[in-house]
Amino acid sequence: MNNVLFYALVGVGLFSIGLYALIIQAHLLRKILALNVMGSGVFLVLIALAGRSGEAAPDAVPHAMVITGIVVAVSATALALTLMLRLAAATGSAELTEEQ
Amino acid sequence: MATVTLLAWLLDSLLGLGLLWLGWRALTCADLFKAIVLFIAFGLLIALAWVRLDAPDVALAEAAIGAGLTGALLLAALARLTSIETDKVATEQAEATPPKRLASWFPAIIMLFFTAGLGYTLLSLSPYAAGLAPEVAANLDSSGVINPVTAVLLNFRGYDTLLEVVVLLLALLGVWSIGGAIESRQDRPGPVLDLLTRLLTPLLILVAAYLLWVGAHAPGGAFQAGSVLAAAGVLLLLGGWRLPPKLTALSLRLALVAGPGAFIAMAAFTLLMQGQLLEFPPAQAGMLILVLETVATFSIGTTLTALFLGGRPQHKEKP
Repeated sequence: MNNVLFYALVGVGLFSIGLYALIIQAHLLRKILALNVMGSGVFLVLIALAGRSGEAAPDAVPHAMVITGIVVAVSATALALTLMLRLAAATGSAELTEEQ
Repeated sequence: MATVTLLAWLLDSLLGLGLLWLGWRALTCADLFKAIVLFIAFGLLIALAWVRLDAPDVALAEAAIGAGLTGALLLAALARLTSIETDKVATEQAEATPPKRLASWFPAIIMLFFTAGLGYTLLSLSPYAAGLAPEVAANLDSSGVINPVTAVLLNFRGYDTLLEVVVLLLALLGVWSIGGAIESRQDRPGPVLDLLTRLLTPLLILVAAYLLWVGAHAPGGAFQAGSVLAAAGVLLLLGGWRLPPKLTALSLRLALVAGPGAFIAMAAFTLLMQGQLLEFPPAQAGMLILVLETVATFSIGTTLTALFLGGRPQHKEKP
C-alpha cells in the first residue's frame, strides 16, 4: 500500500465520520460542520486517486475540480449558516427537536 | 534514502491519523466554539495533506478558503447564534442541556459496513491510472498558460468555472434574501486590530495580485487570489470599516456581477468567433485568460467578503 491509497482510505474515513455525525447530531451548526468534513473526505479521495500516475506529474483535472469544489463548499456553507440563523431567530434554537 | 522514506511514511501516517482524529473531535466536541476551532485546525492539516499529494494549487485554496474563510464564517455565525439564543432561551429555560443525539448505535453499524464497502472498492482500483494527465500535457501548449491546473480551470473546462462563479453569486443572492439587511454599525476596533488591519490590508492586496499573476505558470490563480482579497475584506470588516453608503447600492452590485458577466461575455464572444463555448484562440489565450482571471478575482473577493457580512448592506432609501 502506497501513500496514495493511504490518503484515499483516510478520505473514506472522513466521509464516514462526517456522514455519521450528520445523522446523529441534532444541532444544525454541527450538521454544517459534518457536511464540510464529508466534503473534505471526498476531496481527499479525488486528489489521492489523481496521484496514481507513478513518476509522472499528477492528473490536473481532479485538482481543478477540487478547487471548484472548495469554492462551492464555502458558498453552500455561507448559505446554510444564514438559513440556520434565520431558523434560530424564528424558533429560538438552532437545535432540531424530535418533532422537527 | 531509507531514512527519508521512513520519515515521509511517519509524516503521512501522522497526518492521516491526525486528520481522522481532528475530524472526529470537531464533530463530537460538546463545546461549539471548540468544535469550530478544531475544524479550522483540521482545514490547515488537510492543506498539508494536499502538499504531500503534490497538489499545491489545492493547498493554497484550502488554506485560504477551507480553513480561513470558512472558519471566519462559522465563528461569525456562532457569535450571532449565541446572541439570538441568549435573547430567547433566557426567558424560556435556563438549564443547560447536554447535546441531543438520536439513537446512535444503528447508524454506527450501517456506517461501519458502508466504510468497509467504500474502502474495499478503493483497494480494488488499479494502482496505476494516468487519468486525463496525458491529454492535458498534450494540449498545454495551446492553452496559453503553463500551469496545468490553471489551464484546466480557465481553458479546457472553462464552463465549470463559469458555472462556479455563478454559484457564488447565487449563494450571495440567497444570503441577501434570507439574511435581510445588516445595519452598518461603526465599531471602534482595539488599537492592535486597527494597526494590524492597516499593515496587512495593503500586503494582502499585493499577495492577491502576485497569486493572480503567478497562476499562469506556477501554483496560484483567480480563486486563491480572490480568497486572499476576501481575507483583506474580512479583516477590514472586523476592523470596523464599512463601505461608504453611496457605494453599497449600484457600485457593489456591479463589482459582484463583473466576474460572471465577464465570463458570460467571453463565452458568447468565443462562441461567435471560434464556434465553441470558451475555446480561446491559442495565440491570444494567455492574455484573454489573464483578463478573465483579473475580473473574476475582483468579483470573487467581493462576493466572499459580502458572504461574510451575512446580509445585504443597508443603504439609504431615497425619500
